[in-house]
Amino acid sequence: MSDIKLAYIIQRPPYKSETSTLGYTHAISYQVVEMLLEDGQNVIPTVCMVGEGVLNLIKDQKAMENYGVTSIESHGKNSLLVDLDMLVCKEDLERFGIAEDRLLDAEDMGADKKLQIVPYAEIQKVMEDSHHLLFF
Amino acid sequence: MGILTIGCFSSLVGSKSLDFTLKLAKTAADKGHKVNIWLSSNGTMIGKAHQKHLKDYSTAEKPVRELLEKGVEICECEACALARGIQKPEAIEGVQWNAMHWYLAKIYSSDRVLHVGGE
Repeated sequence: MSDIKLAYIIQRPPYKSETSTLGYTHAISYQVVEMLLEDGQNVIPTVCMVGEGVLNLIKDQKAMENYGVTSIESHGKNSLLVDLDMLVCKEDLERFGIAEDRLLDAEDMGADKKLQIVPYAEIQKVMEDSHHLLFF
Repeated sequence: MGILTIGCFSSLVGSKSLDFTLKLAKTAADKGHKVNIWLSSNGTMIGKAHQKHLKDYSTAEKPVRELLEKGVEICECEACALARGIQKPEAIEGVQWNAMHWYLAKIYSSDRVLHVGGE
């Protein structure tokens, strides 16, 4: 067994708790996990935003101005920068009335990856295909 | 025998999730399973030594020491601990300090993962 697939399901809103930030940071840590693994062993993470978790992706957050902390938007951009696959539930965006142009991207940082807005059924498939699920 | 990794993000006081985590870990270890525990967020308060056992509150220091003696690996998120004013010299001896990739590496080799979320 060389690859382990992990699905990070982020379902909590930003700032109300530390939860969504921890989802991001735990997912991003896949970048350095190889230090503790053998050659050929890989962790393949996918971040899935569902429910209130989609609110983490709204751009132009002012967390530093209001709370004195790094914005969760920057965690999202860094996730794209380190090539994490990030799936966003289409139905939940519609439920909150959030248009795609209100969501972050990391083009200004040089990221190749973009958010993938997908039906929930696709997120369900990712969860079914993953070895372990981590809910944040 | 299997390998169980538990990530716990709940606080010791104000929730029974961390208390449950320790009891589950003990049960699994007693049955001969290898158990790893990752503590993040408010869960990091578990690693601080000199906890006073007041009967109205859950306590963890004694169970943590017993789990360590059984070979359970316990590691807490260094950044989460430092952000809460917990310094390494105050930690229970044997509790490891590391970053989130420790958790991922343990997950890699686990048969089961139980992720106990925080507040």
